[in-house]
Amino acid sequence: MPISEDDVRHVATLARLALSDEQVAVLTGELGSILGHIDALARLDLAEVEPTAHPLEMTDSTRADEPRLGLTQAEALANAPEARDGAFVIPRIVGVGGEG
Amino acid sequence: MSAARIRAGVAAREFSAREVADAAYARIDAVDRDVHAFLQLTPELAYAAADRVDAAVAAGDELPPLAGVPAGIKDNMNLVGTRTTCASRILGPYESAYDCTAVRRLLDAGALPVGKCNMDEFAFGSSTENSAYGPTRNPWDLGRVPGGSSGGSAACVAAGEVCVALGSDTGGSIRQPGALTGTVALKPTYGRVSRYGLVAFGSSLDQIGPFGRTVEDCALVLQAIAGADPMDATSSDAPVEAYASGLADGVSGLRVGVVADMLEADGCAGGVRAMVRAAAETFASLGAEVGEVDLPSCEHGLSAYYIIGPAEASSNLARFDGIRYGARAEGAEDVLDLYMRTRAQGFGPESIRRIMLGTYALSAGYYDAYYGQAQKARTLIKRDFAAAFERFDVLLTPTAPTVAFAFGEKSGDPLAMYLSDIYTIPANLAGIPAISVPAGLCPESGMPMGLHMMATHFAEGALLRAAAAFEAAAGFDCAPASAAALA
Repeated sequence: MPISEDDVRHVATLARLALSDEQVAVLTGELGSILGHIDALARLDLAEVEPTAHPLEMTDSTRADEPRLGLTQAEALANAPEARDGAFVIPRIVGVGGEG
Repeated sequence: MSAARIRAGVAAREFSAREVADAAYARIDAVDRDVHAFLQLTPELAYAAADRVDAAVAAGDELPPLAGVPAGIKDNMNLVGTRTTCASRILGPYESAYDCTAVRRLLDAGALPVGKCNMDEFAFGSSTENSAYGPTRNPWDLGRVPGGSSGGSAACVAAGEVCVALGSDTGGSIRQPGALTGTVALKPTYGRVSRYGLVAFGSSLDQIGPFGRTVEDCALVLQAIAGADPMDATSSDAPVEAYASGLADGVSGLRVGVVADMLEADGCAGGVRAMVRAAAETFASLGAEVGEVDLPSCEHGLSAYYIIGPAEASSNLARFDGIRYGARAEGAEDVLDLYMRTRAQGFGPESIRRIMLGTYALSAGYYDAYYGQAQKARTLIKRDFAAAFERFDVLLTPTAPTVAFAFGEKSGDPLAMYLSDIYTIPANLAGIPAISVPAGLCPESGMPMGLHMMATHFAEGALLRAAAAFEAAAGFDCAPASAAALA
C-alpha cells in the first residue's frame, strides 16, 4: 500500500507530532520503504489463525484491593516542567467568561 | 576480573569493595572518553554500596551473591538518585521517582551501581547511534558501532569498565550488542524478570537481562533479578532455579538443533555461517545430539516485529507530552500545540519514525491488514518453536548476520538497520529465553561473532548450561586486544 504525504500528515496529527514539511517528505519515503517490506505479511492468508497478543498463556492477575502508599504529591510534581499550588500548569483550555 | 572472582576476593579480604569501585572509576576515567558507554556516573551511590559491603565484611556477616561487583545500568531503568533519560532530550531533566525492581534486586545482591549506560533513544535501534547524547563506540574498534539498543551496557562490560550490566531486549537489544562486542548477553523468558520501572517500549516483548564477561556472571545476575514481582502483573511466579550451580554439568545427551533455513538466509555473512557450523561440531564433540531444524514462519518475524513493536511503542510513548515530566516546548498557544511541539522537538528521528509507523499500523483502515496480521504471524512463529522444542532442547543460529558495522553505514537506511535483528526477533515474539555467547573472531575483520542459543519458556537453566559448556570448549577470550591500548 503506497503512503502519501497527506497520509503522513494525518498520522502525525494522530500521533501528536508537529512535523516540518521536510520531515514529512523524508518520512513518506522511509515509511513507504518499510511498509513495502511488510506488505508480504499483509498478503498472507491467515484467516484461520488465531492472533497472539501475549507471548505467554496468562490468566487474570489480581491482587487484594488494599490501600497503600504511592508517590507523595511533592514527588509526583517534582519532575513537572511547571507546577503551581500543588498542580501541573498547562496552557488555558477553557476561556475566561465563557470564551473558548 | 569476573563478578564471581570479585565477590570471592572481597569475601577473602584480598581487596575491599571500595577498592573495586576505585578501580572501576579509574578504568572509566581512562577509556570512557573514547567509548562513551556511560551517560552519567553515580559514584555517591556506588561508594555508599561499597561501604555497606565493606561493613558487612568487617562484621563477619554473610555476603550477598554479587557483593562488591561493579555494574552498569541501561538508562531506561529507574533508580532513585539518578536521572533516567532513555538517551532522549524529552526525558533529559527527568529524575527517577522510584526504583526499577530488577535494578533494586541487583543492588540488594550487593552490586555497586557505577553509572547509567548509553543506549539508542527509547531503545529504538541496533547501533546506539540514535542516542541524543552522542553514540557509544565499540571497544574492539572505535570506528564501529557496539550494536544496540543496549550498546552502552555491552560496551562498558567489553571495555572492562564494569563486570556486569543490565540491558533491555525488545527485538534483540541485549543479544545483538552482546555479539558485536564479544560479551555474554542473556534475554530471559518473557515474565522471568519484572519490567516494573523499565521505561516501556513494547510491553509484550520487553525483557530486562544481563551482560557479563562469562556465562557464570550472567547466571549470577539472572538469579539475583528473576522472580515474581507484585508491581508487575506480567511477571511469572515460576520458581527461580539456582542458575549458577550446575553450570559445569555438561551437555551430554542434550539435543541441539541448527536452524538450517535461518542460517542460509540472504545477508548472513559467510564467516558467521561457518562459525555456527563449527559451534554445532563443538557441541557434537561434547556429547550433545546435533541435528537440523527449520523455522519457516520466522521469515515473517521481522515484518511482524516492525508492526507490533512500533504499535506498542506509539501507545507507550503517548505519555510523553510535556505536562507531568520531562522537557516542554516554550511558547505554546494551547494544549494541543504544546503536545505537538514538545514531542516533535523532544523525540529524535528514529523515535519519530517508530511512533509514526505504529500509529499508522493501528489507525482506522489499516489495523486488520497490519496489526491483526502481525499478531497472527506471531502465532505461527510460536507454533514453529513449539514443534522444534519437541525435538531439540537448544536451537542455534547466529546472533547477528554480520560483525559490527562502521558508523553511518546503515543509519541512512532504516530497513537495512532493522535487518540487524533478524535472528533475535523471533525469540521476543515467542517470549522464549535466548543467549549470545562469544564464538570467535571474524578472520577478515578481527571482530567478535556471537553464537545465538534459544530454549523453550523458562528453560534458562538448560540454556546457561549449554552456553557454559560451549564457552569452556570454545576457549574464546572475549577481552578486546585493543582494550589495553584504550587505556
